[in-house]
Amino acid sequence: MRLGWRQNSVVLIKKGAEASLYLETWHDRKVIMKRRLPKKYRIPELDNMIRSQRTTHEPHIMHKAKEAGVPTPTILMVDVADANIVMEFVEGKQVKEVLDAVSKEERLSLCRLIGKMIGRLHKNGIIHGDLTTSNMILTPYGKVVFVDFGLSERSVELEPKGVDLHLMKRTLNSTHYKHAKECFKAIMDGYAESVGEKETKQVTAKIREIEKRGRYVADRE
Amino acid sequence: MPKKKPSHSYCLGIESTADDFGAAVVSFDGKVLSNANDAYLPKEGGIHPREAARHHAEVSEKVLAEAFETASVKPREISLVAFSQGPGLGPCLRTGATAARALASYLAVPLVGVNHCVGHIEIGKLATGAVDPVTLYVSGGNTIVSAFEAGKYRIFGETLDIAMGNCLDVFARAVGLQQRKGAPFGAVVEELARKGKKFVSLPYTVKGMDLSFSGLHTAAVNAFESNKGTVEDICYSLQEVAFSMLTEVTERALAHTQKPEVLLTGGVAANKKLQSMLKVVADEHGARFCVVPLKLAADNGAMIAWAGILAYNSGISTPIEKSFVNVKWRLEEVYAPWVEAK
Repeated sequence: MRLGWRQNSVVLIKKGAEASLYLETWHDRKVIMKRRLPKKYRIPELDNMIRSQRTTHEPHIMHKAKEAGVPTPTILMVDVADANIVMEFVEGKQVKEVLDAVSKEERLSLCRLIGKMIGRLHKNGIIHGDLTTSNMILTPYGKVVFVDFGLSERSVELEPKGVDLHLMKRTLNSTHYKHAKECFKAIMDGYAESVGEKETKQVTAKIREIEKRGRYVADRE
Repeated sequence: MPKKKPSHSYCLGIESTADDFGAAVVSFDGKVLSNANDAYLPKEGGIHPREAARHHAEVSEKVLAEAFETASVKPREISLVAFSQGPGLGPCLRTGATAARALASYLAVPLVGVNHCVGHIEIGKLATGAVDPVTLYVSGGNTIVSAFEAGKYRIFGETLDIAMGNCLDVFARAVGLQQRKGAPFGAVVEELARKGKKFVSLPYTVKGMDLSFSGLHTAAVNAFESNKGTVEDICYSLQEVAFSMLTEVTERALAHTQKPEVLLTGGVAANKKLQSMLKVVADEHGARFCVVPLKLAADNGAMIAWAGILAYNSGISTPIEKSFVNVKWRLEEVYAPWVEAK
């Protein structure tokens, strides 16, 4: 570890197939460190290339999201050689925890806000790639911060937008099934505020088509 | 529960989705008694569906006779005919389906249409003893990561364009390699890759859980034509990149589903390099790594017969008037009640 890491309070908070998240203290700040550990099955030349590409890509697209008006964690340091990203620890609660706990009014306005943010991403050619309620953090100031852009990509096509929102819908159906219908409707209302009615209609039709395809049925959270 | 068939019941399986025409006799207790095959080898280029279908029609009598002979089973002793109903090349599928319909009605036994992808998964499970695996099915026509979930084999990731095996084939042809009987392009590329020394950078395309190989194929051919490395180096690099992509997606599915096994099946499963990479991931996740034996890896009649038996035993059969082939039959459209019946 370099650059003044304090190793005394390192907590692994999420171990994914592609990257792991650690909660740490860095220059007296509470931070998240996202580490892409080497994969033994890949030859080092390829492994280093992939990890450094993704380590560069993710902060870049997070920055693009900020430009689009969507809050994302502040990036504090990018260490391309070691494939580590240090970013702000966002205070707040995962939308997953609050969505079912708040009043109907608050829930719907939260969903409209989420939809509005997703609309801003899509309007600016950003596909999040993993829109679940655990990847959104509601701050004490009422903002929704989008995290984990590890699977994100740039695209203005209808298909990935549909896939993105379809995952959102599926998450609601599996994790927030009591309110799934009203929540998704509110999300699409918010989405329309950002991208307009015409585009929303096209995306909605796309989502329906994806559902009919029967693909993406197996749940992935 | 349907009545369990005695072990002396036999199923004839007919496979004809692409370049292979296969016929096999499998007993209802899961013994592969014969597995006859004749592959169409194009003089140049890829598989011409009509030419392949013509080949299948020509060899069908010979292959069927061989299947019965090797198994020492008479046609009259067959109690079920299974055929590959899709996905695949229309003309080829129809040739196999025609033979299957004729035999089933002549012998007055039930007919069952089998999904080709289900066949590959089920024969892999039968041969390796895997019960509930994450399956990587890689062949000339398909590239699918799947796992069983709520009644069906769900697709977790798949190719967005060409199949893994197709990528290797088209690359090999473009750089002037020759395939031989018993050594298809995949094996030729694998041989050369072992002698490769230098890694040539090629595009690595994983989109979420899905894969893309068409850009990789083009880049590999371009790298060869612009002398970025020897043909051995390019084969080595192509395999490293493509197989790393496959392994990454398989690992994601494994991490998500927490299944106890990883099963590698399909024609490309014969590749030792791919096997070793998947084994690393399986070991890291505490899953057992299973690979389909070589003789059951490529398209074959035995897998169709076995999947047919499983389906039939859970009450599924295909009336002749509903036995149209389905060239785009997706894996996750198939209800697989036999998996939960265990």
